[in-house]
Amino acid sequence: MFQVRIHGRGGQGVVTAAEMLSIAAFLEGRHAQAFPSFGSERTGAPVVAFCRIDDKEIRLREPVREPDALIIQDPTLLHQVDVFGGLARDGYVLINTSRTFEAIGVGELARTLRAERLCTVPATELALQHVGRPVPNVALLGGFAAVSGRISLDSVAAAVREKFGGDVAEGNVAAARAAYEYVRNEMREASHAQAD
Amino acid sequence: MLKQIEGSQAVAQAVALCRPEVICAYPISPQTHIVEGLGEMVKSGALARCEFINVESEFAAMSVAIGAAAAGARAYTATASQGLLYMAEAVFNASGLGLPIVMTVANRAIGAPINIWNDHTDAMSQRDCGWIQLFAENNQEALDLHIQAFRLGEELSLPVMVCMDGFILTHAYERVDLPTQEQVDAWLPPFEPRQVLDPAEPVSIGAMVGPEAFMEVRYLAHAKQMRALELIPGWADEFRRAFGRDSGGLLHSYRTEDADTIVVALGSVLGTIKDTIDEMRRDGVKIGVLGITCFRPWPLAAVRAALAHATRVVVIEKSLAVGLGGIVTSNVRTSYGGSADAVHAVIAGLGGRSITRASLARVFAAALAGTLEPLSFLDLDGALVERALAREREQRRSGPIAEGMLRDLGVVAARI
Repeated sequence: MFQVRIHGRGGQGVVTAAEMLSIAAFLEGRHAQAFPSFGSERTGAPVVAFCRIDDKEIRLREPVREPDALIIQDPTLLHQVDVFGGLARDGYVLINTSRTFEAIGVGELARTLRAERLCTVPATELALQHVGRPVPNVALLGGFAAVSGRISLDSVAAAVREKFGGDVAEGNVAAARAAYEYVRNEMREASHAQAD
Repeated sequence: MLKQIEGSQAVAQAVALCRPEVICAYPISPQTHIVEGLGEMVKSGALARCEFINVESEFAAMSVAIGAAAAGARAYTATASQGLLYMAEAVFNASGLGLPIVMTVANRAIGAPINIWNDHTDAMSQRDCGWIQLFAENNQEALDLHIQAFRLGEELSLPVMVCMDGFILTHAYERVDLPTQEQVDAWLPPFEPRQVLDPAEPVSIGAMVGPEAFMEVRYLAHAKQMRALELIPGWADEFRRAFGRDSGGLLHSYRTEDADTIVVALGSVLGTIKDTIDEMRRDGVKIGVLGITCFRPWPLAAVRAALAHATRVVVIEKSLAVGLGGIVTSNVRTSYGGSADAVHAVIAGLGGRSITRASLARVFAAALAGTLEPLSFLDLDGALVERALAREREQRRSGPIAEGMLRDLGVVAARI
């Protein structure tokens, strides 16, 4: 079973992101379960959502305490919420920021994890550019497809179209593609840097 | 057709496939998405020949459902928590009158303290109201139970409550197999009421009954529920043949064949319990779980048979009978042939507290070791309780308990 935890703030589409990730996995013939960390969500408050992906029926209903991957939609949460809690040593991390891990204050932690599984992507900027609104969730799913390889970009696009439809879907699909390419480049540069 | 959708949407689509004629809606979390989904279907015309009635309260919702059912319409509503309490008088009337309304209860805690999260206190508060109460383990079962509920209720002229865990199921996206309209039409015949308000053939529904016949009317309500116990297993078989799935029935046993320890539970926590049991089975522990699908009527004989060879029973229940302990446990004790001391009540998950494999494994291990108390509370924060008690010892005006505890805890939003 592969477990993803998504952190963000109310209004950033955190719950919708987990739902779309589950649809993308479903479209690839897998079992998936997406659910929010239930609360009285309000705009700006910290929100968590979860997605489990497996090849067999998922019966477990506890929250994801030991994620295999983290998607962090808002870097201002890094020092407010224990977002890295329980993360597997070989886990994937994708953070929505245009800055480096060092610059956002998690450089030390990043050095304890596998470098090629840590990526950043300026998802809010990409969303503004392609969707016209600062909603980073779908762009991050595109980036997640790239860094984790657990889901294809095409499945993400199909899930987005199933969830939204129309111009909103196409703008988001474009943002997801841009984020996918951005993360792929980042990974290439990281592997070259390691080779050097 | 396989779909990856929210539990509430799965239920909304299942209800629509049952061709309801009146849907009464009053919003309350975590039920709201269900009636919103149905409202959209009525508005778009996807659900035709159906009156969607926005009412001003839950009391009105059940009252309108009663009126609709009395007029011979297939009626549906949904609620949760305080909403169920608010309609309680009408809930008893629906069953007392023998009107086959189907209602989803998206299980949620009851205040005070106000809490929107999941437990079973709402449904348990109405356990003696005369409705059939079914509990879904996952969204597929929630969907299937609604289709079964209309047939069951209409056949017996009894209302049916389909309970599904609020948020945990209602707000979860998972795979469901949605039947076709043809399949549901073949399974569920049109509603033929035993009683109907018809100007051409006037009757009174709801006549006052004195001591001369009240007992007999109540007796028949009980007898009908006992009849349901006989019919439900056969209908589950028929459902399996028609839809290809094991859904409904009275009970579901999992790995209990050779188990000397049997866990009993209702609803979505069964999934987490099964995963925990699989892990313990790998270590050679003979443990299994009995899921109660039909809580009312209580399947006394079936539970007794299912627990016959167990030497200890652990009931995990999401409700608390304050001053007694476990509600489900009390029912289980009436069905267990062995010593009542061998049946343990574990109150868990109240007000949305997560029930984890780790915590369950600890409790099951304690049961095996013989150290589990007759009544215990899963992951109770004893230190927090002690601080509140200390305040009460130290000063007369110790203040509101809930506020004091929140102050002791500090900010909780930062936890996962």
